[in-house]
Amino acid sequence: MQEIVNRAKELLADGTVARVLGWKAGEMSYDVQPSYFETAQSLDEFVYNGFCGANLSKYMIEASKMEGKTLICLKPCDTYSFNQLLKEHRIDREKAYIIGVGCKGKLDIEKIRAQGIKGIRSIEGAELTDAADTLTIQTIYGEKTCAYSDGMLERCHVCKGKEHQIYDELIGESKDTKDGDRFAEVERIEKMSPEEKFAFFQKELSKCIRCNACRNVCPACSCRKCVFDSTKFDSSQKANADSFEEKMFHIIRAFHVAGRCTDCGECSRVCPQGIPLHLFNRKFIKDINEFYGEYQAGEDIEADVPLTSFTFDDVEPGIVKERG
Amino acid sequence: MQRIGVFVCHCGSNIAASVDVKKVADVVRMEPGVVYSEDYQYMCSEAGQEKVIHAIKEYGLTGVVICSCSPRMHEATFRKAVEKAGLNPYMVEVANIREHCSWIHKDVEEATKKAVILARAAIAKVNLNTPLQPGESRVTKRALVIGGGIAGIQTALDIADAGYEVDIVEKTPSIGGRMSQLDKTFPTLDCAACILTPKMVEASAHEKINIYTYSEVEKVSGFVGDFTVDIRKKARYVDENKCTGCGVCQEKCPSKKTPSEFNRGLNTRSAIYTPFAQAIPNVPVIDTQSCIKFKTGKCGACSKVCQAGAIDYTQKDTIITEKYGAIVVATGFDMIKLDNYDEYAYNQSKDVVTSLELERIMNAAGPTKGHLERLSDGKAPKEMVFIQCVGSRCDDHRGKSYCSKICCMYTAKHAMLIRDKYPDVNVTVFYIDVRTPGKNFDEFYRRAVEQYGVNYIKGQVGKVIPQPNGKLLVQGSDLLDNKQILKEADMVVLAAAIEPDPSVRKIATMLTASIDTNNFLTEAHAKLRPVESPTAGIFLSGVCQGPKDIPETVSQAGAAAVKAIGLLAKDKLMTNPCTAKPDELLCNGCSSCANVCPYGAITYEEKEVNDHGIREVRRLAQVNSALCQGCGACTVTCPSGAMDLQGFSNRQIIAEVDAICR
Repeated sequence: MQEIVNRAKELLADGTVARVLGWKAGEMSYDVQPSYFETAQSLDEFVYNGFCGANLSKYMIEASKMEGKTLICLKPCDTYSFNQLLKEHRIDREKAYIIGVGCKGKLDIEKIRAQGIKGIRSIEGAELTDAADTLTIQTIYGEKTCAYSDGMLERCHVCKGKEHQIYDELIGESKDTKDGDRFAEVERIEKMSPEEKFAFFQKELSKCIRCNACRNVCPACSCRKCVFDSTKFDSSQKANADSFEEKMFHIIRAFHVAGRCTDCGECSRVCPQGIPLHLFNRKFIKDINEFYGEYQAGEDIEADVPLTSFTFDDVEPGIVKERG
Repeated sequence: MQRIGVFVCHCGSNIAASVDVKKVADVVRMEPGVVYSEDYQYMCSEAGQEKVIHAIKEYGLTGVVICSCSPRMHEATFRKAVEKAGLNPYMVEVANIREHCSWIHKDVEEATKKAVILARAAIAKVNLNTPLQPGESRVTKRALVIGGGIAGIQTALDIADAGYEVDIVEKTPSIGGRMSQLDKTFPTLDCAACILTPKMVEASAHEKINIYTYSEVEKVSGFVGDFTVDIRKKARYVDENKCTGCGVCQEKCPSKKTPSEFNRGLNTRSAIYTPFAQAIPNVPVIDTQSCIKFKTGKCGACSKVCQAGAIDYTQKDTIITEKYGAIVVATGFDMIKLDNYDEYAYNQSKDVVTSLELERIMNAAGPTKGHLERLSDGKAPKEMVFIQCVGSRCDDHRGKSYCSKICCMYTAKHAMLIRDKYPDVNVTVFYIDVRTPGKNFDEFYRRAVEQYGVNYIKGQVGKVIPQPNGKLLVQGSDLLDNKQILKEADMVVLAAAIEPDPSVRKIATMLTASIDTNNFLTEAHAKLRPVESPTAGIFLSGVCQGPKDIPETVSQAGAAAVKAIGLLAKDKLMTNPCTAKPDELLCNGCSSCANVCPYGAITYEEKEVNDHGIREVRRLAQVNSALCQGCGACTVTCPSGAMDLQGFSNRQIIAEVDAICR
């Protein structure tokens, strides 16, 4: 972490960048938030540890409009989102100085809590430099331990790999933390009967409080004006007045990001209700892979996008319909 | 608020028989915006149109809803009518209460309910309609004909004779198509070559016709009047300007084992070849798959013997880009593959042949020099069995549901010719029905039966079993006599179904011309516009549209030419004003719309906008309305809903859905 801070101070000092886009601690040690740093002094608050799950790519949309370059810290998986935004002309590459930061998997405080670890005061072992694969947690009930991988975010179990897709320089080692099947849960749901599927999603989506966190954090949801906020379309706004959230909102959103979603997992990470929103996107990704060949959004900025490019080998609509 | 008039058509009894049209007119009068409604027997008639015009003037209507047949039928009629009354033609909406309602429902109450709902949807849409103004586009006075068979040749000749430039693109090395493979033609029995070759020569010599053989259409962009087409001219490895067509190269070529496509694989050809002697152009091509020079680098025999120095192993494919005002598809047909018809032993015995193979056997230039003989042992057959409807009129997945139309007649022709030339050969035809509608067709068939003694048996063949003695045991049934038949034959001829040439799928996709489930190109209207594709500027000629014989093909080729000429004769076309329009404040500049646009109508511009007081330069989509064809692909692709189609705006469509769901 210190290496990143030192380098950031250098780049600020020599005028290469006007600000730094990174993370700072919140009230609790696991409560890390994205933040801009404009002075060397403010960088003392910079943190980079296992709780820096937040993908900073989307902030680059506003940073692209600011004066001067912005130093942006991107984890390997964040670079896919950055590339996708570049592809969609939403951000300006010239306005970004990318430090590819090392990552050995990011943590999900809810996963740690789910193991019965409550009253957390501090957590050791979450620093990038820590070689330990165990987290030591001080709680008001005494010291507890938790295997690092047991506390990882769902997305890290299906890690896209330790390589950064785009960067100006790299700091720190990365680790491929994949130990699960990315589409296992999608396949499980696919096997359900239509009634079971409906019941499953209704149960999950009825938890939605329409806080819009999923939409606001999503790097693919980067429209200047979201259709859900537009007066041109009469969708129910924020008021949870009917069953719009359970029936339409998330499904429309999944359609809007289909083929553009990099599967960064931010939607599920930020959902205060713990809805596994990434499953919708992953179903689309699985179908796209099967119908049009393997495709990872944000991997290759020049690649043709399956849903907006046509080839003679494209699957016939009838087949898509049959498959469901 | 609009002042809307609703006009409900009886369409004689077409609509009125199952929809209570008076009730529809009464109910919709209560809809928001509706100030007038009436019903009439034939709304499209002059009197009906007068009613609309009168009501517009009398009640000051600003929008009109016609509840009638499909808008594909009469939308243009009513647009013209309201224009006469001074209304913008795009203030008319048609509620289809015939095809979508009366024709498919029997229960009057249910059908009336649905007609009201469809009318409501159209009213909801008209409420949001705005006047639209069409623009103009130019017409390139040149036509492209895809396919150089009899259909393509005839279309090209007719267009060229009218004074317009025509290019023919043919994928094989020569024009001529299937007809050039035929021996004689029914019902007059004149030889195919004698009537086709002069047309081929005429086309090739015509100053307005330019022929690209061994070429394929690679890319099509643009729209009616202004298509841009990339044609891939495949490398022949023979210089067309130098070659004299002497044919020595073909004689000296040491690689002679490639099955001849022209002779349906019944004999072989050399690696450098012209498909047949009368080929146009009479310039061979080198098939690199079988050429020894291309495979091993050693040989070069053709180059050594060519006096003209025409052989060029370094030739490359070239792409020719040309502009056209009209495109005629004449891609023709092929026989279906018989892999799924094991019962007829086609793949087991050389003496089971398709009808097209028999054409080659009977042809003096064919593999047997025109002698009717068994391909297995060269012996003259004594018993011949013809099996009809192999894969035609078939209700399972193996074949085609349609009648191939030509088989009854060519089989009668084959049978008659064989009986005429070889009176000692017995000919038996197994048929389901003999279909002979056409001028002099039934007389022709009756001659085969009555004069030439061809034995017609109504019934299907269940199995053909090759025997150890080389004969073929045919097991069939005689439905009229109600008995099973076992017959030993020397040769069996299968009237295999015909299907559109497989290349048509790719071409249809490039042209955005629709095809049906059997890969036949769809007409704009089955009865009234049979040679036009629903895609403007695309015309259909020959079997690519549906099974047909030579006289029908030639008539349709002429009709397609006339339609193309009608288009080329215009200097300007009115463009459809229903084009896409981006909302600059919603546009993200993501390029998704530009990626999906099939017409290349969308570009991006850096442009300053004032977004509620924020002035900034943004990357924004711009639609070239001359290029936009209003397909709407961009509107559904745009993630932020910035793209909208004029005349079919998102709001209008949602209003229609809301009206239906109300």
